[in-house]
Amino acid sequence: MWAFIHKLGSPKWFYAISERLQPWFWVAAAVLILVGSAWGLAFAPADYQQGNSFRIIYVHVPAAFLAQSIFVSMAVAGFIYMVWKIKIADMAAAMMAPLGAAMTFVALFSGAVWGVPTWGTWWMWDARLTSMLILLFLYFGVIALRGAFSSRDSASRAASVLAMVGVINIPIIKYSVDWWYTLHQPATFSVTSRPAMPMEMWAPLLIMVLGFYSFFIAVTLMRTRSEILRREASKRWVRELAGEVS
Amino acid sequence: MAFDSLSAFLAMGGHGVYVWAAWGVTGLLLVGVVLHARAERRALLRDLRRRARRAQHHGAPGAAATPVSHQEGHARES
Amino acid sequence: MPLFREPEGGAGVAIRATLKRDLVLMMRRRSEVLNPLVFFALVITLFPIGISPDPELLATIAPGLLWVAALLAALLSLDSLFRSDYDDGSLEQLLLSPQPLPALALAKVAVHWLLTGLPLALMAPLLGIMLSLPAGSYAVLALSLALGSASLSLIGAIGAALTVGLARGGVLLSLLVLPLYIPVLIFGAGAVQAAILGDGVSAHLAILGALLAVALSLAPWAIAASLRISING
Repeated sequence: MWAFIHKLGSPKWFYAISERLQPWFWVAAAVLILVGSAWGLAFAPADYQQGNSFRIIYVHVPAAFLAQSIFVSMAVAGFIYMVWKIKIADMAAAMMAPLGAAMTFVALFSGAVWGVPTWGTWWMWDARLTSMLILLFLYFGVIALRGAFSSRDSASRAASVLAMVGVINIPIIKYSVDWWYTLHQPATFSVTSRPAMPMEMWAPLLIMVLGFYSFFIAVTLMRTRSEILRREASKRWVRELAGEVS
Repeated sequence: MAFDSLSAFLAMGGHGVYVWAAWGVTGLLLVGVVLHARAERRALLRDLRRRARRAQHHGAPGAAATPVSHQEGHARES
Repeated sequence: MPLFREPEGGAGVAIRATLKRDLVLMMRRRSEVLNPLVFFALVITLFPIGISPDPELLATIAPGLLWVAALLAALLSLDSLFRSDYDDGSLEQLLLSPQPLPALALAKVAVHWLLTGLPLALMAPLLGIMLSLPAGSYAVLALSLALGSASLSLIGAIGAALTVGLARGGVLLSLLVLPLYIPVLIFGAGAVQAAILGDGVSAHLAILGALLAVALSLAPWAIAASLRISING
């Protein structure tokens, strides 16, 4: 087990193993997202209350899931980097942050657009949307902090600490925003809380969620590989690799 | 199939604008992420090759004139 | 008897010395204590001018206004928390000392709260009168601010420690810290709101206390780790 972790921590080994893993995740992401999209857009029945506008759920919910999961993964990677000094973890964390911010944006945008047919307004200080907005700011903070340091080691450690602090705060923020929302706007129609969905509705949702997760893993593997090339450009094996690839 | 015709599918029961806007932005962003990741990787590999070539030139000045570098420039990454 | 002995008291002495030193230093630079208070009063003055002098309207938004303005004033004072110690090198000495850094950092934050959060909390009722804050909520306002600003100081100190080594960390500091302030704001302003509506405030204050307990138990370690990053990096 330990040998495995240390091996995984070696950029060279990670570069090799991720090369073999990566295509599987790309294929899974493409297949799942395509199937889920077709099913969700064309075959799932329309919602009896919201009609066809509910089909936004198939992009909104996966993006929101991913936005939160990526932050947690980033904090876990930061923890691994701080405790065991495994550089790969930090490279992955650095590559995850922009994707997480992008997913948060997608969740916010689709939520806002969804708000027009359901609430009649582009923006509502709904509990979910508000926590998503705060999450977006947390992402911006991590990205900005990493960019502010001139030394890479300091930047990595500072971003790791901030990601960990953020991840402890996310549940607190979520809980307090939920509480705040119920206090101020009681019993408003919520976008995603609904009576149990029939199978034809939630099956495509599940497929989309899995597809988004595969997409996240595939992109992170690919970009971490790029980051390895960037950071280890002077290492012998990378130079040899550059010779081989060409 | 929840729709009778293509136009009904595109109209989404009157909510077409919202559904397609949300899906469109999501799709564009996913594609953008992939394209960016690919461009980043290509640029890095190109840079590494250039460096390797420069190192070669410095290391073995005699081999500097060989047209190996041309082939390198055209080769694509696997 | 050994020639070199650990000084009596160890960590306790060090914490007391840090407390005393910071208090003396802050009292010498009185403007740093006063500026957040003046800022607080100024921001509160802007709102009636910007919105409307109508007492009824002001009364409904007063709890939120007072809390947001106090939060911003506390934020403003954060940058100087470690800055001067960083500039003159005494922060480095603090890191090198054999005493536990989290405890020393906690002592510094305690002084910061004592000279920023507490005065803000004491001043808030006065500004509440100017915003025609309904009677019966003044004590709750001061108490919630006193409790909440302690959490704000602790959370903010993490951000201040992370950015102390950066030349222009000011705006970045607010970007890092403000999202983390939101739970405190919600329950702090909520407590004042509940007092106005005549609901029980004990739940709000209890949650503010719980937030403070969490911050007290976790933040010192995060501050210590951040200081090490800023100094050694």
